[in-house]
Amino acid sequence: MNDSLLILIPAYNEEGAVGSVVREVQREVPGTPVLVIDDCSGDATVQAARDAGAQVLCLPTHLGLGGCVQAGYKLAYELGYDYVIRVDGDGQHDPRDVPRAFQALKSSGVEMVIGSRYVDKKQEFTSFSRGFGIVLFRLILRPILGKWVMDPTSGFVGVNRDALAVFSKSFPLEYPEIEALVVLKRKAFHFEEIPCNVRPRQTGRSSITAVKSVYYIMHVLLGVFINILKYEGRRR
Amino acid sequence: MEQLLNAMAIFSIGLFVIVLFSVRRAHIRVEYSVSWLIAAATLFVLSRSSALLEWLSQRVGITYPPLALLLIASGVFLVVFYRFSIRISDLKDANIALAQRLAILEYQLHATHESKQTPSQG
Repeated sequence: MNDSLLILIPAYNEEGAVGSVVREVQREVPGTPVLVIDDCSGDATVQAARDAGAQVLCLPTHLGLGGCVQAGYKLAYELGYDYVIRVDGDGQHDPRDVPRAFQALKSSGVEMVIGSRYVDKKQEFTSFSRGFGIVLFRLILRPILGKWVMDPTSGFVGVNRDALAVFSKSFPLEYPEIEALVVLKRKAFHFEEIPCNVRPRQTGRSSITAVKSVYYIMHVLLGVFINILKYEGRRR
Repeated sequence: MEQLLNAMAIFSIGLFVIVLFSVRRAHIRVEYSVSWLIAAATLFVLSRSSALLEWLSQRVGITYPPLALLLIASGVFLVVFYRFSIRISDLKDANIALAQRLAILEYQLHATHESKQTPSQG
């Protein structure tokens, strides 16, 4: 397989949105396989994804976002895919950005492409706590990564096979986006941000509350510094 | 002081008995009961042996022996909790890896099954 692409959609209780996300992705990149990873949803997410034409990887227990995404990365790596682009199952990521992300991934030579809301355009933060977190992590990550990352919490991410190999073995379990950047940095890999559009959720509501935001910041801060201190060869 | 030492002795006996019953009922595996039983035995010996407790108190520079006993008890339990945190982390890692592997194998089994069925359907 050369230049083979897999679209990865992690989903947890997204029966209302995942079907339309799958169909939109298939419209934008026809013929590209779409894999929904169901994180042991309690609703009809699996059926909705299958009805829309996606393959579904069903996790037997709820692992959280990191474990869910890593399961998809492991399968993609074992199936021999060269590129994987992750699109969230809640419909917030615009599938029209997928072809551009794929093109950037192939032509730029970087191991990871991040779809960013804040590069090239001044999109407003959706809440004060979210904005505070993003600015804080921009400042923290700048010296670690050696360059600015404008949208470190973006889940719209494309990776090539080299990054896939790394993430199959080592991937943060909770709130993985920011820590994943540090994991890549340890491998001296590179990333690039491309502008992308983020839409309001199609159904449901965000699980991030003010209290969870504080926990999120503490958790990710710790994860970032632990990742810096980690030595290679750890089991996970 | 004597009351505190007696309370500590009763607590350690209670802990010992609860852990033994938990092992008997298979609520705790034998290998995980060892840390608790050692902790309970240590506390019992220290609470019943004034000479040993006073000697230990002097070694760590504490003039009030029951305070030394509480500090030692805290230290013992911290070590036990630390051991279990490591064990829980290992188990969680193993659990995640197993769940992912199971999902991947089921996916591949399903794919193989479908590819075998397709020709006969056509």
